[in-house]
Amino acid sequence: MYLYDSYDQQMVDARVAEFRDQTERRLNGKLNEEQFRPLRLMNGLYLQLHAYMLRVAIPYGTLNSRQMHALAQISGKYDRGYGHFTTRQNIQYNWIKLEDAPDILADLAKVEMHAIQTSGNCIRNISSDHFAGAAADELVDPRPYAELLRQWSSFHPEFTALPRKFKIAVIASDTDRAAMRLHDIGIQIIKNDAGELGASFYVGGGMGRTPMIAPLIREFIPLDQLITYSEACLRVYNRYGRRDNKYKARIKILVHELGKEEYARQVEEEFAHLLNQGVEPPLEELERIKLFFDDPAFESGLSNEIDHSDPDFARWVDRNTQRHKIPGYVSAVISLKPVGGIPGDASVEQMHIMADLAKEYSFDECRVMHTQNIVLPHVKMADLHALWTKLEAAGLGSPNLDTIEDIIACPGLDYCSLANARSIPVAQKIAERFADKGCTEELGELKLKISGCINACGHHHAGHIGILGVDKKGVENYQLLLGGSEAQDTALAKITGPGFSEEGIVDAVEKATEVYIANRTEGERFLDTYRRIGMDPFKEALYG
Amino acid sequence: MNILTGNDLKSGAVVWWTGETWSIHVNDAALLDDDAEAICAREEAARNVNLPYPIEATRDEDGIRPAHTKERVRALGPTVRPDLTLKPADPDIGNWVI
Ligand code: SF4
Repeated sequence: MYLYDSYDQQMVDARVAEFRDQTERRLNGKLNEEQFRPLRLMNGLYLQLHAYMLRVAIPYGTLNSRQMHALAQISGKYDRGYGHFTTRQNIQYNWIKLEDAPDILADLAKVEMHAIQTSGNCIRNISSDHFAGAAADELVDPRPYAELLRQWSSFHPEFTALPRKFKIAVIASDTDRAAMRLHDIGIQIIKNDAGELGASFYVGGGMGRTPMIAPLIREFIPLDQLITYSEACLRVYNRYGRRDNKYKARIKILVHELGKEEYARQVEEEFAHLLNQGVEPPLEELERIKLFFDDPAFESGLSNEIDHSDPDFARWVDRNTQRHKIPGYVSAVISLKPVGGIPGDASVEQMHIMADLAKEYSFDECRVMHTQNIVLPHVKMADLHALWTKLEAAGLGSPNLDTIEDIIACPGLDYCSLANARSIPVAQKIAERFADKGCTEELGELKLKISGCINACGHHHAGHIGILGVDKKGVENYQLLLGGSEAQDTALAKITGPGFSEEGIVDAVEKATEVYIANRTEGERFLDTYRRIGMDPFKEALYG
Repeated sequence: MNILTGNDLKSGAVVWWTGETWSIHVNDAALLDDDAEAICAREEAARNVNLPYPIEATRDEDGIRPAHTKERVRALGPTVRPDLTLKPADPDIGNWVI
């Protein structure tokens, strides 16, 4: 994985010192809140429902064990013994004291981490495929490109005050595991007919108030023009994005209002102008970065045999492991979704254990998934049983990846000051209902996602089943949506009809699954059945 | 009736105006007369509180209860982590919030 050079370290250390000074000036009254707020937000520090909340960037979700240990130590020393992994592959701490924030940033800097650009109208943390560098189906590892984009976008003087926040995802396989087309810019690394590597650009996607799927605006950009083309996309947005209306300020609205052809035409014009301006870093820089992402020392000639005689272990292997590009290895997913638990939360002890397991079994690497789970990307099949045994002992062995128990839930009204309704208790009740019925496995792949307000941090638009919390005359109410996807078949879910109470939404989800069971054909997932039979049978069951 | 709330500047903790100082317990909150703005301005300038604002609340025999769910969650802590609330030993806290 990428390691800081002296420039990276200097920049991050300088930011810590700057924020320490700003915090002192706030505490001694030289800055008021109006002056301080944008400064703390630039360092990921929000004022949330119960305290300050710090969001720490995890570039493309990749961590080594030293970093995971450091995240755990911060939870124990400065917070209340846990952290929350988010749908942007980051981590959030919910109980931060302002006076501790500079020390936390200093502790992060010691392990090459920071909270810069995790808030505000700038280019946020670049996200990517959590199986990058391991997946059997990828063309190349997308992370060197994500890292190049991270370096370009960090402290980019032109893009620190965009009309709104800006999110970029990079993938390099036809299977989309990063919700690529639901980002402001989604980049897919592809090969053209001549066998050359390049990037497809999808621009203007997003969830939130006005969900949109990003259209393809440029089929192929050679990799030695990746940054220049990105710069052109941002420049057009920065110039013409709506600054008059916060709700219309995201690039998706600009692309939609201009039309993708006109937006693409303007980008091409800007691109042509930029091509000779020396924006692009030399290819050697990309080559330098790529060296950090070389394969670890995989053993060759390993067997693909796994002993399935222990049924609980076999179930976990079937559910929570992913095919690896090297025979004899898999990527193993640690579920942060125990039934009745809080999606994405991990205790100090669990974080330390995950760090130790990453070191022992996965070449010192782990990844945060946007689905709020953790991946050990390179595990020898021969080590799987030992790994699983340790995960089980730590409460981390839930065999429920991509099932109805593996719910994405945003913090909602339990933690978030923008929320209309609580998300977490709904997730807990749904997981408990299906676990009690014992039908989780029978339902197969069923991605359920819950947001506590229209900002859609819980990706409800992209759930096979989505739930949106709303405020109905002061009472929490939940809308049900069906048919979304954030994979390569990206689709936006549709609302079924009137909303439900907290108890009612659990029953409604159960009814939707009964319609699926009654109508599915061999091998169909919930989403496939919904697409084939349409909304009507579900509406009939829910409201008929 | 209205009460005043905000966050402690240093710790970020949710606090309530008692008429003299700021308390983390909503039951200590004082009913406001109409000088809320002046109190907010004075207390914020003195850095006794961050971003104070008035909210609606009711008082019954059990004490003071903010009108809006969000403020009740603020008053107590996350409903999904009773151990982190101000009443970790009270099994009935969820019902107080909702
Ligand atoms: S979706 Fe809304 S409630 Fe949930 S974390 Fe985002 S802003 Fe908060």
